Amino acid sequence: MSEEGMRRVTAIQNGTAIDHVPSGSSLKILGMLGLLDSRSTPISLVMNVPSKKLERKDVMKVEDRELTQEELDRLAIIAPNASVSIIRDYRVVEKRTVELGTELRNIARCSFSNCITTNPREPLPHRILVHSKDPLELRCAYCGRIQSVDDIVNNLI
Amino acid sequence: MSGLITVDDLTNEEIISILDDAERMLPIARGETHAPILAGKVLANLFFEPSTRTRMSFETAMKRLGGSVLNLGDVANSSVVKGETLFDTMQMMDGYADIAVIRHPRQGAARYSADAVSIPVINAGDGAGHHPTQTLLDLFTIRTSHGTLEGLNVALVGDLRYGRTVHSLSQALARFGCTLTFISPASLSMPEEITSDLRSAGVSITETGDLHGSIEDLDVIYMTRIQKERFPDEDEYHKVAGVFKLSRSDLDSAKKNMIVMHPLPRVDEISSDVDSTPHAMYFEQAFYGVVARMSLLCRLLGVQVSEVVSE
Repeated sequence: MSEEGMRRVTAIQNGTAIDHVPSGSSLKILGMLGLLDSRSTPISLVMNVPSKKLERKDVMKVEDRELTQEELDRLAIIAPNASVSIIRDYRVVEKRTVELGTELRNIARCSFSNCITTNPREPLPHRILVHSKDPLELRCAYCGRIQSVDDIVNNLI
Repeated sequence: MSGLITVDDLTNEEIISILDDAERMLPIARGETHAPILAGKVLANLFFEPSTRTRMSFETAMKRLGGSVLNLGDVANSSVVKGETLFDTMQMMDGYADIAVIRHPRQGAARYSADAVSIPVINAGDGAGHHPTQTLLDLFTIRTSHGTLEGLNVALVGDLRYGRTVHSLSQALARFGCTLTFISPASLSMPEEITSDLRSAGVSITETGDLHGSIEDLDVIYMTRIQKERFPDEDEYHKVAGVFKLSRSDLDSAKKNMIVMHPLPRVDEISSDVDSTPHAMYFEQAFYGVVARMSLLCRLLGVQVSEVVSE
């Protein structure tokens, strides 16, 4: 919390601070959290600030909302090294890490136009498998098509 | 083993065992022996897009073994046109049949169906995805001709992008240490998912647009049709249609035991003068579909072929 990026953003009373977000990707993360269209949640962003770990990074603070572990795990495909602080009454009460599991379930639709899951009436869950973590490779569990991070962001449910 | 969606669902040992059982069943497929070992079992044949060989060979395989077959029939006359989901169709099959075979124009439909039901599901082609039972019969053909699957030099030719048979086959051949040459127009090259898997498994792949350059080194030439129905744009189809044609004179430099295969139907990619050469294996290949599918059906329905069919 002592790095320059965090100091550029005003301290928040309650909410979630997300540090060590890869430079330039914080808008994608807001999209993944469903916050891009929010008109009521105060959000502070700094982008491209110097970082010892990442050279450049983004920092985000979301006020009055404690992100759940399930929400945070969505971030793992974009910001696998993000450090998350839950803040109450200006104090960090909990530190969380994001964890990339083996599957993203009902988070994004497959990007392939001929995948069986493109029929919105088919009821089974949308499943994107983490085929490889390093390098990151994501594939639709049904049709097997490789999904880029942008595909995921553009097809969020 | 609860179904077959891609060849990745099978170990090499399972593939060999299925081929061994298929060999035992040749007399049954030829009608020389009667073996109703699947009597009382029902197969649901769910073909949501046209098929001749695959649908009929599954039906023949089941009937030769004493089982019966439900056919979805013409999709235009089924509840699919009324807007029924694949999930709902599969729920019915779960109640009507012991095993289901599905071909569907949408990729991923077979895996989706398998997730929807408790009976085993066999993928008979999902869009441009996979066709693993074609792979089993292809491997059976190659092993019958060469006596082995190991270390062969195989060229896959034509529409490698949309051709689902070559997707499944290349993955299987790679696992048996074959050297693969992919010959296609640039616009129809093998999909990234396949080449990425092969390269990360350390398989040696050559990609080229030249069919005639290396015929003398090959053990198998696997021709495929450029599939007009998979092109979103007819102009794009005409740019590549008829690019690769194999005729009798092209085979002058081939090894004596080199075989020419094709999943059929062919259009003009293999000239009819190849049919009478010892290299032509595509009609036998189509027949082997019956034994390969017999063997798979028995395995998925829990019948030990080696115990009920004598050598």
